[in-house]
Amino acid sequence: MKSNGLLAALVRFAESGNFREENFTLPPAEKARLDTDTPENRWLASAQHSEKPVSVRFAAWFSKKGMEVFDTLYRIISVFICCTLIGVLLSVVAFLPPFGSAGNPTVNEVVERYVSRAIDETGTTNAVAGMISAYRGFDTLGEAHVLFVAACSVIVLLRVDADARKKGRFIDLEHPGEDMDYEPNSDLVLRKAAKLLVPLAFIFGLYVILNGTSSPGGGFSGGALMGSGLILTSVAFGFRRTERFFGDEMYHLVKTACLTAYALLMAYFIYMGANGFDDHVWLGIPGTILSGGLILPINIAVGFEVACTMYCFYALFRKGGL
Amino acid sequence: MAEHLRGLFINYYETAAVILFGIGFTTLLMHRNLLKKIIGFNFMDSGIYLYLAAKGYIAGRLAPIVAEGRTDPARYINPIPTGLVLTGIVVSVSVTAFLLALTCRLYDRFHTLDMDEITRLARKERV
Amino acid sequence: MALVQNFPFLTIVFSLTCGVFCAVLSGQGAKRLCLGWLSLATVMSAAVLAFTLKADGSFIYRMGKWGAPWGNEIRVGVLEALMATVFSGVMLLSLLGGMGHIFADCEPGKANLYFTMCSLLMSSLFALIYTNDLFTAYVFVEINTIASCALVMLRDSERTLVATTRYLIMSLLGSGLFLLGIVTLYGITGELLMESIAAKVQANFAAGEYSLPLTVIIGFFSVGLAVKSALFPFHSWLPDAHGSATPSSSAILSGLVLKGYIIVLIKIFYRVIGLRIIMVEQVSQFLFLFGVLAMILGSVSALRERDLKRMLAYSSIAQVGYIYVGIGLHSELGMVAACVQILAHALTKPMLFICAGGFMDVSGGHKNFAAITGAGLRDPLGGAAFSVGALSMMGIPFFAGFVTKLELTRGALDSGPVTMAVAFAAIAVSTLLNALYYIPILFNLYTRPRDGAYAGVHARYRWDYVLALAAFIVLNFGFGLGSEAVVGAVRRGLAMFGM
Repeated sequence: MKSNGLLAALVRFAESGNFREENFTLPPAEKARLDTDTPENRWLASAQHSEKPVSVRFAAWFSKKGMEVFDTLYRIISVFICCTLIGVLLSVVAFLPPFGSAGNPTVNEVVERYVSRAIDETGTTNAVAGMISAYRGFDTLGEAHVLFVAACSVIVLLRVDADARKKGRFIDLEHPGEDMDYEPNSDLVLRKAAKLLVPLAFIFGLYVILNGTSSPGGGFSGGALMGSGLILTSVAFGFRRTERFFGDEMYHLVKTACLTAYALLMAYFIYMGANGFDDHVWLGIPGTILSGGLILPINIAVGFEVACTMYCFYALFRKGGL
Repeated sequence: MAEHLRGLFINYYETAAVILFGIGFTTLLMHRNLLKKIIGFNFMDSGIYLYLAAKGYIAGRLAPIVAEGRTDPARYINPIPTGLVLTGIVVSVSVTAFLLALTCRLYDRFHTLDMDEITRLARKERV
Repeated sequence: MALVQNFPFLTIVFSLTCGVFCAVLSGQGAKRLCLGWLSLATVMSAAVLAFTLKADGSFIYRMGKWGAPWGNEIRVGVLEALMATVFSGVMLLSLLGGMGHIFADCEPGKANLYFTMCSLLMSSLFALIYTNDLFTAYVFVEINTIASCALVMLRDSERTLVATTRYLIMSLLGSGLFLLGIVTLYGITGELLMESIAAKVQANFAAGEYSLPLTVIIGFFSVGLAVKSALFPFHSWLPDAHGSATPSSSAILSGLVLKGYIIVLIKIFYRVIGLRIIMVEQVSQFLFLFGVLAMILGSVSALRERDLKRMLAYSSIAQVGYIYVGIGLHSELGMVAACVQILAHALTKPMLFICAGGFMDVSGGHKNFAAITGAGLRDPLGGAAFSVGALSMMGIPFFAGFVTKLELTRGALDSGPVTMAVAFAAIAVSTLLNALYYIPILFNLYTRPRDGAYAGVHARYRWDYVLALAAFIVLNFGFGLGSEAVVGAVRRGLAMFGM
């Protein structure tokens, strides 16, 4: 059985060049099979062959035209809701403090401290890094786990296990669906470009992660860069070759290690801070790579976790397994 | 009224952001096509991030990365919204991936992206 | 700082880590880890409860070196500790009660992810209960949303997929409004910590500044969280999601997840905006009105339903209505009633869902009324527990549900004449409707099927199912009989809950 992949539908949709819903749906014959034998269809068919009282004719008209009327109404209601919501929001915006002014309520002693004392207190010159990983580090711990829980959900939905594969569920790996037919197999240009770009992506990702305490960037952005490097590798050289160094086990190992390390570091930091103990962490030299105390290892852990997750999303969407 | 309009023009970033939010919200709520719902969701979140980023901007100031050891707070913009936007983006990436995976599965099963149609087909199967 | 004071924070962080480990263990290993951790977390929360009761006050725990307004904070009082204890206990019992179904319903090899989701959900519930920072609340609301959607879809079928999608979309709309509310509030106050925001909001309110934005912000918070907690006009996603999931998921979603969002809303009313402003803005009237509608229309829908789990889901909508009526009464007594209802419903509804799972076992996997005829005879323990739950839902004295109705009546007596009349009428009608749909089921459960279907079937009891139901029955009676102590604790907790 050939699975009718989403990508194939998208390609069909792009080729046809218009945005009508039919392009997303089944061929007419198959659709008709699904559509027949509903109670209203049966009733409609019988109504056409018999004497037609007004009520039946109205029902017939309604089932034909009613949908159109409903559609129009639905659209009008949508536009109305949209306009009302925007109107309410605009009236709020008109009363907000002026944009870009230094006298706004948001510019207060908290901001002052984040900027002026971040170097002494967290060892970072990048005040944003100091804020998200140290001052408000607990939020960021939650954020890393949002990514984790989403990755687990995608695994639940899309990973095809050996047992499920036997039942022929979802993407059939032995007879890959159309999704994969649209991928280049051994594209020379892609390979040459990847050879050039993949090392760059990894090095740049690492650079962004390591310098997260003293320049723009950090774990999340650097991790996304490294993840793109991984994805590019597997696009250009195929899954089999990527699997040699980054398969299912590697993914779980890296992710568990990174998240556990992050949670434990954060727990240590919070425990020591809340109880008023000295946490004995060397803050490093602000402005260099070795700065920010715990923020540097946290950034590294987050970076690798994000890279894994990005690749995991890609791999699962492509073929249902890592 | 003129006062309000002036407020809208002064806060033009927020104005654009809430329009984006409104469009995205309505698309997510009302549109039948699942992919367009997801696009609407991303619109909505982008609107919020633009709004949030506008909260942090202070005219004429620099990005909050202390250079040359000058820690004078009047030199830099507000770092808090930047951090919050970062958190928000990660959340919206996660949710988008989840929604797309659901869409894949639904399409695989029902061969349509129309949410109403899917609901109808699912009901029919239950009976 | 006493060691016990670290427990709230440790329960949050270790629940996260427990979830991470469950993702790499086998199904059985994840089950043991998760159950072990939940038991420990319940004990730890109980220790915190004992500590706060003894100290008779709430304490603030700063998350890191820096206190307010620079860092994150959590705040722990009697009410928070009580909620945390009950929630972790109910989570543990719900998992135990539906354990057989979890392993049967999940795809092989993915059962461990069920426990991952439960741990993360527990962590987010702890965080929502304890947090004193609005943005932390947002982050954990998102974890809560994704994890609860995942709990629905882990039972792999078309219906759960569709239900999950609808649930997720509605939740995202709610999150969007909630986040926009937080951001706008940040724009006019410049703070994210609850107490700091409250101070600024009070000052603005006194000076008459930003009154329109404040009204809209309160609207966003209320609507956003009402969508997520399935208040009446926004409830359409709930019956599908709760009706089609595996029994443990239904129990957890109905009993705990909905309540997590309501706790955030109560927190916002108490600590962020302040009850005085809420009164002036007349939000509570709307919540009251929709709560009353939910109580009645939820029950009417339940009356028409012919599927046990969907009926229980509609009943949840009605029960959430009780909570909102309590909040909407806008008095201290009303709020006490709302909190008591949160606890009572958290103890009762999961039990009913677990029983429904047990009935499905002895009725060939079906859950419509025709199939479960006589299920109470085939599964006597489930029948007994279901009877206890149903009587509690109807508000028979000595059961948990009665305490809510009593407190709600007390709260209504304290309010204005119109509100009082409406609230009384709603409670009376809702009680009647509850009886109308629970009593026929009870008869149905104890009637021998005429066609002799499932005649030779008897429940093969698993120890975890027996333990969970026994514990639920004991807790329900305990709650009903020891209501004075519970209500007293809630009252003390609320006194130290506000600003």
